Amino acid sequence: MSDRHQTLTLVLFSAVIAVTLAITSWASRRRRGSPEEFYAGGRLFSPMENGFAIAGDYMSAASFLGISGVIALYGYDGMLYAVGFLVAWLVVLLLVAELVRNCGRFTLADVVTARLRERPVRIASGISSVTVSVLYLVAQMVGAGSLVALLLGGESGAARSWTVIGVGALMVVYVSCGGMRATTWIQIVKAVLLLGGAVTLTVLVLLRFGGDLGALLGAAAERSGHGRDFLAPGLRYGGEWTHRLDFVSLGLALVLGTAGLPHILSRFYTVPTARAARRSVVWSIGLIGAFYLMTIVLGFGAAALLGGGAVRTSDPAGNTAVPLLSLELGGGAGSTGGSVLFAVVAAVAFATILAVVAGITLASSAAVAHDLYASLSRRGTRGEVGVARVAAVGVGAAAIGLGLLAQHLNVAFLVGLAFAVAAAANLPVLLYALFWRRFTTKGAVWAVYGGLVPAIVLVVFSPVVSGGPGALFPQVDFAVFPLENPGLVAIPLAFFFGWLGTVTSREIADEAKYAETEVRSLTGAGAV
Amino acid sequence: MRTDDPWYDALASGPGEHDPPPSGTTATALPAPAAVTAPSAASFAAGPAAVPADGADAHAAVYLAVQRSDSFQQVRRRYRRFVLPVSVAFLVWYLAYVVAATAAPGLMARPLAGVFNVAMAAGLAQFASTFLVTWAYVRHARLRRDALALELRWETQEMTRLRAGAAASPAVRERVS
Repeated sequence: MSDRHQTLTLVLFSAVIAVTLAITSWASRRRRGSPEEFYAGGRLFSPMENGFAIAGDYMSAASFLGISGVIALYGYDGMLYAVGFLVAWLVVLLLVAELVRNCGRFTLADVVTARLRERPVRIASGISSVTVSVLYLVAQMVGAGSLVALLLGGESGAARSWTVIGVGALMVVYVSCGGMRATTWIQIVKAVLLLGGAVTLTVLVLLRFGGDLGALLGAAAERSGHGRDFLAPGLRYGGEWTHRLDFVSLGLALVLGTAGLPHILSRFYTVPTARAARRSVVWSIGLIGAFYLMTIVLGFGAAALLGGGAVRTSDPAGNTAVPLLSLELGGGAGSTGGSVLFAVVAAVAFATILAVVAGITLASSAAVAHDLYASLSRRGTRGEVGVARVAAVGVGAAAIGLGLLAQHLNVAFLVGLAFAVAAAANLPVLLYALFWRRFTTKGAVWAVYGGLVPAIVLVVFSPVVSGGPGALFPQVDFAVFPLENPGLVAIPLAFFFGWLGTVTSREIADEAKYAETEVRSLTGAGAV
Repeated sequence: MRTDDPWYDALASGPGEHDPPPSGTTATALPAPAAVTAPSAASFAAGPAAVPADGADAHAAVYLAVQRSDSFQQVRRRYRRFVLPVSVAFLVWYLAYVVAATAAPGLMARPLAGVFNVAMAAGLAQFASTFLVTWAYVRHARLRRDALALELRWETQEMTRLRAGAAASPAVRERVS
């Protein structure tokens, strides 16, 4: 990495920070301090704006750099990720988005508690939302640390730590000063930047091969060092049956987890109606689908133009494949075009990280203030927005601390874990509350804890925490659960406990409350 | 398309959304909110006995009555009949893809044309089926549910307002925003 593109990269990073802070100060000048304003940006975004913001919230640096990196190294297996991340949106579109928009106000708990006893369910769902958000936040911050260190060329621990702290401080400023309005505009700007960057690189890759995808794939297979195996599954997730089962578990978590991510659910409240929510999901499916298709081209392009060896030498996890590819496409190392393109890609990745962490911080501060504080404190909902601003600082501090501790954990594992917990703890209770007439308070509480607790316990007893050279505690071995991702067990367990809690509870479901939930969810009557 | 749903654009436009519907544009046009009480008497004939006149349970009674009404049952049936089978289908198709990729890599590696193999085709088919289901769902919702659901929304809100004893006024439109 030469000095020239380091300087240019730093200049662009500063520009990204300046623009996002300008958005924040612009958004906070018009603030009135109402919960509608802080959590939902006044609910007046258009479907297109919200679609871009959802895409900006969802397309993390892990997918831009991570998925294309996995494809560059392992070929086809990386595509499985991209497919899972996209298909998940059908669950959101068909079963969740409109109904949640119609029934809720700000958080997941609003939907569930409408027909159940409020306090226990709100506390349970608040705890699970905060857990999911913090896990996802830590994943993003650890990713940010290693990424920025790589992009700036410094491998030192200090660069990583300062990046984690800096990103954490920035996201707290965005959220506590600008609320949902600033967060949304940062996500929109980021989505445009990211898609622009991806389109540019994809066009350049395709031009190299004269638009012939067959030639691109052929060259990728040849230069990867794996031959035709590169274009078929199995290079990464083949081998022992536990590895294969682990991938099925991850696949299940990816496809069901998206609909349980608090920061995704909260985005539907920023538009005025359920129909607008539907149309924003359609926008985001279009944008996200196009983005993942381009990621696949970039991954195979990196393998074809750089070769597997060069990618692996730069970063064994493959995260630098796309930046290296941009250097190559711009004219090679040392050329002006290469330096500029490299710096632009690095800045886009940085903007991506900032936008994603801001969205998650906002959702978790909403869960703390709107669900936990409002249920546990005697003051109720008064001063809730002030609490949410303080909670954003608290969540930021916790995420910085955990991000520094977890620096050596694998980012892909952390993301998979966040999705598994979201799928186990949030989705079953949401679906039962919306679709099951007999669902009771006890069932809801059991469904949340019945997913959350097994997911966490199984991870503690998994090979990630103990028993292997790459584990958190390599010296001891209490890894009795063979899989790294708990989804395959925890998600069915959550559905089972939700059912069991309901059929064993003495409380009889309130028919009128369910009628209200059903009518509201499908018609939008009484929606805020 | 436009004639089936005259508010298709207006809904996206934020503040302008709650403008009164243009009257008499198509056969599916809604009655203006003030006129809703008359048709609602007919459409809730299924359960009028369940609606007590007294205050405390009035809110619940309105929702129970709406839930039992034919037009709501129709919205619900149309929604569930589309969403449940389609959800099961795409989840099974996705899981089959993941299981095939992990358990039967040999099958997935079988070449189809040039460098394209079964795995590539299946992966791209996942993308294609996602876009297709999105399109089909949106179309189904727009043509089969939206007008009916919107009508029910106004009727329900009108009924809750009347039960609550508030004076009839066009303010009902402002309350929902």
